[in-house]
Amino acid sequence: MSPSSRLESVLRSGDFAVTAELNPRDSADPQVVYQQARILAEFSDAINTGDGSGANSHLSSLGMAALLARAGHEPVMQLGCRDRNRIALQGELLAAAALGVGNVLCLTGDGVQAGDQPDAKSVFDLDSMGLLRTARIMRGQGRFLSGRKIEIAPRWFLGAASNPFVPPYDFRPLRLQKKIEAGAEFIQTQYCFDVPRLRQFMARVRDMGLDERVFILVGVGPLRSLKSALWMREHVPGVVIPESIEKRLRGVPSDKQQEQGLQICVEIIQQVREIPGIKGVHVMAYRQEEWVGEIVERAGLLPRPKLAREPLVEEEAKHVSL
Amino acid sequence: MSHILHRLQDRPHFLELAYRGSRRLLSPFKPWLKPGGWMERLLIGGEELSKGAIFGCRMCGQCVLHSTGMTCPMTCPKEMRNGPCGGVRLDGHCEVIPEMLCVWTQAWERSKRMPTYGGEFLRVLPTLDRRLSGSSAWINDFSGEIENIETSWRE
Repeated sequence: MSPSSRLESVLRSGDFAVTAELNPRDSADPQVVYQQARILAEFSDAINTGDGSGANSHLSSLGMAALLARAGHEPVMQLGCRDRNRIALQGELLAAAALGVGNVLCLTGDGVQAGDQPDAKSVFDLDSMGLLRTARIMRGQGRFLSGRKIEIAPRWFLGAASNPFVPPYDFRPLRLQKKIEAGAEFIQTQYCFDVPRLRQFMARVRDMGLDERVFILVGVGPLRSLKSALWMREHVPGVVIPESIEKRLRGVPSDKQQEQGLQICVEIIQQVREIPGIKGVHVMAYRQEEWVGEIVERAGLLPRPKLAREPLVEEEAKHVSL
Repeated sequence: MSHILHRLQDRPHFLELAYRGSRRLLSPFKPWLKPGGWMERLLIGGEELSKGAIFGCRMCGQCVLHSTGMTCPMTCPKEMRNGPCGGVRLDGHCEVIPEMLCVWTQAWERSKRMPTYGGEFLRVLPTLDRRLSGSSAWINDFSGEIENIETSWRE
């Protein structure tokens, strides 16, 4: 049976949605996924699983998403084009539907130079736009890109990424438009630390009427320290951390920087929420998942709408066989 | 010489007119523009020489230059087909090769100076047919190969 998307229901109901990102795991034990998911699920409507995040090998996105689905959570499977050609991507998409994953985020992916195996071969047979359209053809026409028929067509809520914070700024809204035309129904943006830039982007998006055609969730996250902010700026492709944020972190002693980072994140969520056309936030708390609850609570986004089905308790999840 | 030809890219309007002109010039020869013959060998040579020098063409065989700001998307390390990825650096340089300007930021700027085909930049372009690599894009265009790709892509 093809899954349906609870995230889609939350967004369609008009609630301000909260999604959260599962930290990449390097373990063969599913309990590490269940434990983290349990923490996040309390404060979010859906949980993203990264696909070779930062161009490093991890427990795979499909694997984590399937574990989440089996435990009753709502996964958003991220799927990137860096590591697989179109044959593998379509197989992965179909498997996601078969395993109960109702949301897919189609990405191009960071280059291999960003990770710990820059000696790997990049694939990039498709890009995010090609992957989106491929998924929509599979869903809508019940066929693979080759034309070959799929017995039971998959059903997902299709998403894509957007980065309003990097050049060429005037093209970013148009690229969003192209992604909608390719098949995107929801968007999760790159980390937002520059709210004025987001406002400009959204003004154009509203002028073009795009906010009526796609649900936009803005990426946010706490900076753990000045050091980690500077590291991210340097090493994570597409992340822009403006001077003003750096200054605020610099302005407090290092043992207070984490609290300052949390405070900045909460303020950004509150400001973002005021921008017309924004339908939710996507919280990426890298190695700080224990803070997601506090951030969401301080931003005034609790309680989350009740889930259609309660996640299984950890004990039960242990016995779920795949 | 190749340096001068390369700089032609910054005359996108001239190039789009050259494209349109070439298309018109070639169209009466359509019956002869078929894959596999001496005509293709001739055109492959011509394309390698001209597009190679001007655009750094990689001979993907399915040229979309007029849809991508007269800038070859195959020179993008991720071979993006539909605009810049989210990794573009603040100085407009490439995520993968930091010393290189992002191919797509240049493509976008150039497309704005293309009154004839500039609007094509907003069209969602189909995925690449990797089998066409090394063949003549002109032949593929006139013999209907490109149209086939477009059709399978349409919904």
